[in-house]
Amino acid sequence: MPIRALTRRVACFALLAAGAAGFAVAHAPVPEPQVVRGEQCVAPTDVMRRDHMDFLHHQRDATVIEGLRTPRFSLERCVGCHADKDASGTYLRVDAPGQFCSTCHEYAAVELDCFGCHAARPYQDENAGIDARFPFHGLAFRQPHAGRPGIGATGSVLHD
Amino acid sequence: MTESARLADRYRRRFLAAVGVGAVLGSGAIRLVELAAAKPDDQPVSGEVRWGMMIDTSKCAEGCTDCVDACNDEHGLDGFGRPQTDAQWIRKLEVRERATGKVTSLPMLCQHCEHPPCVDVCPTGASFRRADGIVLVNKHTCIGCRYCMMACPYKARSFVHENLTDQRPWSPRGKGTVESCTFCVHRIDRDARPACVEACSAAGHGAMVFGDLNDPDSDIARRAREVPSRQVRPDLDLNTGVRYEGI
Repeated sequence: MPIRALTRRVACFALLAAGAAGFAVAHAPVPEPQVVRGEQCVAPTDVMRRDHMDFLHHQRDATVIEGLRTPRFSLERCVGCHADKDASGTYLRVDAPGQFCSTCHEYAAVELDCFGCHAARPYQDENAGIDARFPFHGLAFRQPHAGRPGIGATGSVLHD
Repeated sequence: MTESARLADRYRRRFLAAVGVGAVLGSGAIRLVELAAAKPDDQPVSGEVRWGMMIDTSKCAEGCTDCVDACNDEHGLDGFGRPQTDAQWIRKLEVRERATGKVTSLPMLCQHCEHPPCVDVCPTGASFRRADGIVLVNKHTCIGCRYCMMACPYKARSFVHENLTDQRPWSPRGKGTVESCTFCVHRIDRDARPACVEACSAAGHGAMVFGDLNDPDSDIARRAREVPSRQVRPDLDLNTGVRYEGI
């Protein structure tokens, strides 16, 4: 084999190896967002990962325009379950770095714009209990899913 | 029968008519109990209802801001200390009649018109009138052009100029969108009255009555029928949902 062809082959192999190495580096491990509370979400995890934006998009129109307030895909309830607390017991924003939403959204490089308007953490009032001041909001995070139609007391699977 | 019970009864009848009595009975008694409590979460609002408010200005004291404070608290309208641009969903006005000097105090808020000019001018359809007569901004589609603010004869709308954090979960608000009184739609959908009406009534003023104008047996419809009241700028023919007594 002429020496030039051999050099070419060695160079090709080196390039391929480098490419493969580069490819492996580009594949950062898929993040596993931390689940704070509740045993089960409103749908299986793979469905939620793929379709949660469609559920929310559908729900937002139904709620704003038609006044349909079924709890299953309510963003308020998503936040109620998925917001973590810090050491002092204060809720953290779900879109803060390392928190539930941002973990995957940063990985996928998809901007989150829900929380420009929507509350990114459950409402906390230092002065009074939520029920005293705002008695009309059966907020999921206080007593997870208790007493609401379609939701089991332990936050089990829901069927609308 | 209370007003809420009557409303629930109407929802129940409509539901029964839609799906058939047999199907409902088959699904068990618990379902019926839920339906009787309030508008069910999974049923759309109905055009049979027209929410309205009656304000008795003779009971509205000068300088009292109970309704305004309750609104600000309910919706988290904290403001930035800039009264020219801070959001204001309900405000108190003192109106003086030139000829007599008589001063009338009244709260001014979105009048929830039947023919809202804000809806006419909205280029995206974000400003809309819900089936039950509540005029709202769908902030998902609002582009912040503020045509509606210019069109509103009551100066009822505000624009959010700055980034907000820690909004109330039941009242989403954000920079670049227009907002106004929602009649506390989140409360209405759970069978409760707006925060301002609750506050006015809790403080013992009783200047505000809220209810279904289409229900002839409701307090507000009876009052509209029996007591003289008027709309602000009736010449515009907007058929407002908010009416005033004593002006």
